[in-house]
Amino acid sequence: MATVLVNGQEVEIGASERLNCIQAAAKVGVEIPAYCWHPELSVVASCRMCLVEVGDKKPDGTVAMQPKLVPGCQTPAKDGTVIISDSPKVKEARKATLEYLLLNHPLDCPTCDQAGECYLQDYSFNYGRGYSRLNEPKNIKPDKTNIGDQITLFTDRCIMCTRCVRFTREISGSAELQVVSRGSHEEIDIFPGFPVNNPLAGNVVDLCPVGALCSKDFLYQQRVWWLKSASSVCPGCSTGCSITVDQNEERVYRLHPRPNEKAQGHFMCDAGRFGWKYTHSDQRLMSPETRTNGHVTPTDFDTVLNSVRAALIKAAQGGKGKIAAVLSPWMTVEEAYLLSSFLKGLATDVTLAIGPVRIEGHDDQFPKDIKGNVVAPVKFTIRAEKCPNRAGVEAVVTHFTGEVMPFEELLRLASGSQFKAVYLVGGDPEGWMTDIQAEAFSKVETVIVQDILPSPVLKHATHVLPSGTFVEREGVFVNHNGLAQLIHRSVRGPDGTRPDGRLLWDLAQRPGLIQTEALRKEIAGAIPALAAIASPELKGQGVLLEAAVAATV
Amino acid sequence: MAKFEPVLFARINKPDSTSLTTYKADGGYARIKEFLSMAPGDVTNLVKDSGLRGRGGAGFPCGLKWTFLPKDHPGPIYLCINADESEPGTFNNRILMEKDPHQLIEGIIIACHAIRSRNAYLYLRYEYGRSYRVLDAAIKECYAAGLLGKNILGSGVNLDIVLHRGAGAYICGEETGLIESLEGKRAWPRIKPPFPAIEGLFRQPTIVNNVETLCCVTQILYRGGAWFKSIGVPPDPSNPRDPGSYGPKLYCISGHVNKPCCVELPLGATARELIEEHAGGVWKGRKAKAVVPGGISMGFLSDKELDTKLDFAGPGKVGCLGLGTAAVVVIDDQTSMVDVLFNCCRFMSHESCGQCTPCREGTAWMTKILTRIRIGQGRIEDLDLLMEVAGSMGIMPGTTICGLSDGAAWPVKNAISKFRGDFEEYIISKRATETSAQKLMEVH
Repeated sequence: MATVLVNGQEVEIGASERLNCIQAAAKVGVEIPAYCWHPELSVVASCRMCLVEVGDKKPDGTVAMQPKLVPGCQTPAKDGTVIISDSPKVKEARKATLEYLLLNHPLDCPTCDQAGECYLQDYSFNYGRGYSRLNEPKNIKPDKTNIGDQITLFTDRCIMCTRCVRFTREISGSAELQVVSRGSHEEIDIFPGFPVNNPLAGNVVDLCPVGALCSKDFLYQQRVWWLKSASSVCPGCSTGCSITVDQNEERVYRLHPRPNEKAQGHFMCDAGRFGWKYTHSDQRLMSPETRTNGHVTPTDFDTVLNSVRAALIKAAQGGKGKIAAVLSPWMTVEEAYLLSSFLKGLATDVTLAIGPVRIEGHDDQFPKDIKGNVVAPVKFTIRAEKCPNRAGVEAVVTHFTGEVMPFEELLRLASGSQFKAVYLVGGDPEGWMTDIQAEAFSKVETVIVQDILPSPVLKHATHVLPSGTFVEREGVFVNHNGLAQLIHRSVRGPDGTRPDGRLLWDLAQRPGLIQTEALRKEIAGAIPALAAIASPELKGQGVLLEAAVAATV
Repeated sequence: MAKFEPVLFARINKPDSTSLTTYKADGGYARIKEFLSMAPGDVTNLVKDSGLRGRGGAGFPCGLKWTFLPKDHPGPIYLCINADESEPGTFNNRILMEKDPHQLIEGIIIACHAIRSRNAYLYLRYEYGRSYRVLDAAIKECYAAGLLGKNILGSGVNLDIVLHRGAGAYICGEETGLIESLEGKRAWPRIKPPFPAIEGLFRQPTIVNNVETLCCVTQILYRGGAWFKSIGVPPDPSNPRDPGSYGPKLYCISGHVNKPCCVELPLGATARELIEEHAGGVWKGRKAKAVVPGGISMGFLSDKELDTKLDFAGPGKVGCLGLGTAAVVVIDDQTSMVDVLFNCCRFMSHESCGQCTPCREGTAWMTKILTRIRIGQGRIEDLDLLMEVAGSMGIMPGTTICGLSDGAAWPVKNAISKFRGDFEEYIISKRATETSAQKLMEVH
């Protein structure tokens, strides 16, 4: 246990913690401004924004301060370290550094995407001076729009913190970005013909503390202060990156990673970052339907749900093992539980399968060297399993039926006219069923399809239930590691769709509106493997399901 | 006082001074076998006791630096020879390399033995083409004579010297910038700690020494530490942290003098002595207005401070940054300090590596302000602004990764505080001639 003094306040640092002065000060809420320092990247101490006074408290109580200001990012906080970040000397140094940084900055905040979440703005407001004393023309540097397919560089806004350069060298390993020229003429640039198009490229936009690197996708779409944020989980793969969804007026504008050491760290991949577009696709299923012999009847949810319920009850009474359901690995734990418990209530011998778990290639690990070989230690992994909640849904299904029937097995049984009614849940935006697989359901009497986008199985469907995407729902995803995290509704789905939870709640004829929190308590009580999801910790960085870890390993 | 007999420069005017034959004829390499049979620690102690301080600019005690290496390091240890002599006005290493390369190579062999290094990298300034050719030939001669390579003269000591040419950047003379450059990277100085002696070239312990320092090592080994200590200035008893300035030093004198030259004198020569006795006085019968004591980053001596002793402590007593490279640049009384300072700032802003914010932006800003003053748009308050910018760039309170920022700020601080009248007069007289904003744009 070490004690550090930050502006007179005592901070306790654990024995295993290796913190620098910035991190130690943050523990008691003291902000030491910094541009170049980032917890996941190497320390370069070049922006000189985090200069603080540092000293040592001797055992006899005297304090010996170092005469110079030192960069907080580079100075380890050890037992007895004294950090002073609010002295006039420190304030003067910050003011000077900020003035330097703004000398050649174009101050084009009104047209800059970063305005509102810009560290130059924030720190200038907090620590800077109100005017510039530069009387000479500013350096003018050309914009570089060709720097990557998804990113663009406003060179003159850059403050040369080199976070982006270090990211491409240390995390993605692709090293596309570099510093060219010298002194005040230096710029971030790529080698001609080698743009930043690695699978993690979008992170450099988040890393950029100013508006230099911008996302082409988000550029000029919204002012950031219009955006409302909700914490969520990326459904793109089983890594389950913690993310923030930014939306305005029921429209998603961007996703960005939310730091979570338990999940992915600080970053996310581009596939996930730009993988929300289907939410606003005009292909979405937008009307509940009943279909008989290819004849489509648009209807409303109450009618269709009653019809679904009646069909399922009829099938259940029609003999043993006549009902089956395919649960999607894109469902939340709550939705899987609602559907499973409802069907189990109708027929104890219900067959539950998990829809195809899409596996694409192999786990993609970073950093990579120039030949594409992974370099240890691995800092980021894009997993081959392209769904967010296989582990969670499996835990629910295992609880109800003891085993999880493989999807292929269910297809075989369905094509053998085993079932009278099948409840299919989709949700995978990439398409989860082939035409041949869909044929298996041609002989089933009642085929209920709950999905977001059209799929081949629709042509055999008797009931169609348009459901919601991950930004329209609420619930728990369990990632590859057994980490349960919450997703939150950030936008309302289009008219004619219902979030899956609400749909299933109504189908099960539970009273009132869906109460996910109460439902989680119920699940935690019913399924020991998922007991942890009722814990209050779930709301922050998520909880690890010990049992789930054991089950998936 | 008897005339000082040059030691480092003893051979430079002899015919064919660069060849191994003549060097050996003059007694070179005579005792190298004996030195290599000494315990490395003994060599280090000998150098440490001689009081030799690094000649590259910072004046760090050489032997002490060698002792910082980790004991029993399993991997390789490297010696880097800093021959990236780019401080304006400095040319002493060039003469040593062009005229007496074997003195340097012998120093390298001894130093490598002392620090148990098997690989030495000589980082040579790109512009020194002649030095390159001379050194290259000398190193080849040594390999042929068994003085380099495996098992030197049967002593069991191995050593390889790699001659590396820089690409013309001033910052490569900073020791960690040099190391980064050697590794093939952008020469951005590293943050310290770890210091190179712990983790330097290729992440191994590394010692970086200047050419002149290593030549001194050769002489110390041949003549003994006591001889070295008999030359120069003993420590100031009132300053317990002053280790003294011992030994001979090569002073480069250039600028507005009749006879620019490089002379070897005991440390502690005054600027006046150098100008009057060795450089033939200020040219055209003029007087010196200002003198740079040791490369432009050390600041300026005014005409009243010409009797300052140019030892490691002397320039610091009159507000300069230090002795630096002992490159004395004389500025006559017809020259405007504004022009001199502009030249300094332009150089520093061109050579700033651009890593730390204060240096990258500050050097360029000061250049812009001085440009504006020079085209007649200066204001008196610009001088205070310059002082403030220099103040926040320099040693206190703003610290940067390497010393370039301090070195860029120091001439500004010195020039404005010591020659403020010059600047004010310049601003007022220049302002009378009208200049347009267009011109300002053109200049930038």
